[in-house]
Amino acid sequence: MSASPKARPERLITDIASLRARFPALDQQVHGKRLVYLDNAASSQCPDVVLETMLEQQSRNHANVHRGVHALSQRATDAYEGAREKVRAYLNASGVDEIVFTRGTTESINLVASSLGGSLLEPGDEVLITQMEHHSNIIPWQLVCERTGARLVPAPITDRGEIDLDAFEKLLNERTRIVAVAHVSNALGTVNPVERIVELAHRAGAYVLVDGAQAMAHMRVDVQALDCDFYAFSGHKMFAPTGIGVLYAKRALLERMPPYQGGGEMILTVSFEKTVYNALPYKFEAGTPNITGAVALGAAVDFLSTIDFDALAAHEHRLLDYATEKVLALGAHVIGTAESKAGVLSFVLDRVHAHDVGTIVDSEGVAIRTGHHCAMPVMERFGVPATARASFALYNNADDVDRLILGLKRALEIFA
Amino acid sequence: MNELRDLYREVILDHNRSPRNFGEIDGADRVVEGVNPLCGDRLTLYLKLDENRIDDIKFKGSGCAISMASSSLMTERVKGATVEESLSLFEKVHEMLAGQGNAIDELDKLAALSGVREFPTRVKCASLAWHALKSALSGTDDRVSTE
Ligand SMILES: Cc1ncc(COP(=O)(O)O)c(C=O)c1O
Repeated sequence: MSASPKARPERLITDIASLRARFPALDQQVHGKRLVYLDNAASSQCPDVVLETMLEQQSRNHANVHRGVHALSQRATDAYEGAREKVRAYLNASGVDEIVFTRGTTESINLVASSLGGSLLEPGDEVLITQMEHHSNIIPWQLVCERTGARLVPAPITDRGEIDLDAFEKLLNERTRIVAVAHVSNALGTVNPVERIVELAHRAGAYVLVDGAQAMAHMRVDVQALDCDFYAFSGHKMFAPTGIGVLYAKRALLERMPPYQGGGEMILTVSFEKTVYNALPYKFEAGTPNITGAVALGAAVDFLSTIDFDALAAHEHRLLDYATEKVLALGAHVIGTAESKAGVLSFVLDRVHAHDVGTIVDSEGVAIRTGHHCAMPVMERFGVPATARASFALYNNADDVDRLILGLKRALEIFA
Repeated sequence: MNELRDLYREVILDHNRSPRNFGEIDGADRVVEGVNPLCGDRLTLYLKLDENRIDDIKFKGSGCAISMASSSLMTERVKGATVEESLSLFEKVHEMLAGQGNAIDELDKLAALSGVREFPTRVKCASLAWHALKSALSGTDDRVSTE
């Protein structure tokens, strides 16, 4: 394990508002108005350093990795493996062999469901999830349960949108082999008590996967402190581009798990009789990877490492509180009122369907998400077909909220 | 914004507020369910046919103003029409929503839906009910999706 190549910056950035200028995408007009981007839970914008890194990587160092003796291949390999080390250090994983690059959260979860689930689960075993999961933390488990005869069990959530921990604890039993739960809910904003969930699951003898897709842009995650067995996330929700993500997994588990996909990179020797798989993490990285994506994710991690996360959390909570108060004043119903929330505000207006809200605020230059947010069971739980969702990132400010509120007022006016 | 006013015309808002022919038909001859997976709009269309004529038509469901109004306007218009007339109307509406053809004049009140042309992401909201109707009349599917 090598030390982080860059020393930690002396002083972390506490002036969160100053970071906005680093995101060129925000500096544009939409429908003749300054863009207000409040769809960060779907995908966040990239800061200048990430964009510059991508251009540099693609224009100077483009070559395949681990395959060539030539200079460019060496540079590409160094950059790719350098990014892996950055991610390792950022997550405080014990080794780079525990960091598998994937296409994103969805692929990370499918990898675990298919490889671990496929080899571990037996008829009558149980996979415990929650009612607030994103479809990508439901369907991979559903598929492997169908294949193995295991049962998928959803733990209920409360009216505020929190996991009902008592019910969760009661559902854990000796048949529970895997627990899969979101760190932060994309539809409700709830920050789940994952430390406690990991502890309970381990006590019951189950492995735990944490879906960190919505957590990474808002909080620091230490996988050793959390002690989860798997942690999955996507680059594009943490200021990197789409098409790159990570599966962190404990080494001992990765060693025992069968490969997920076959191809180049993941082998040592191949004959038609027998193939010897490559060392970790390459056993799980079949084919030419998204090299530029990984390098860009490394740059995003560097960027995040310069920020004071206490200041960031305070900034985002101020925004969330301000926005919540403002939409409530308009008579909106907020879906997801957990004690501990990240910057996600899901709401419905009585008179205006979420989809119409989305179109009207868009015409005011404000980007929000409307619909079921890939969490249909959540919509079902709260008895709404769809919600409007404003989700905040570090670059948003009170002005953005005011513009959203103007857009909502316009919607209420049209539907008066 | 004019485009927005053009999308949410008074007729649309009115039919959204008080949709016509909203409900179920007991003993319907055809029942078709339509879903728009993008936004979760869902509607069920009930038809009672008298030989070649739509004797009664009702719909149920939840959706945005565009899909509610489109369903309501559609049922109002095709109630009493023949199957051929309704299918031909489907084609004209389809063309209008796609921004082609010049059938708008013949569409009368249905022309109110033409505002969606400026909002490509909303065309599916307007066309959902019509696809369900086509499917009900041709008896092909009891489930349609705009995807
Ligand atoms: C909680 C959660 N899990 C999983 C995903 C899936 O992420 P991706 O589509 O990047 O694989 C998302 C994002 O949509 C999410 O919000």
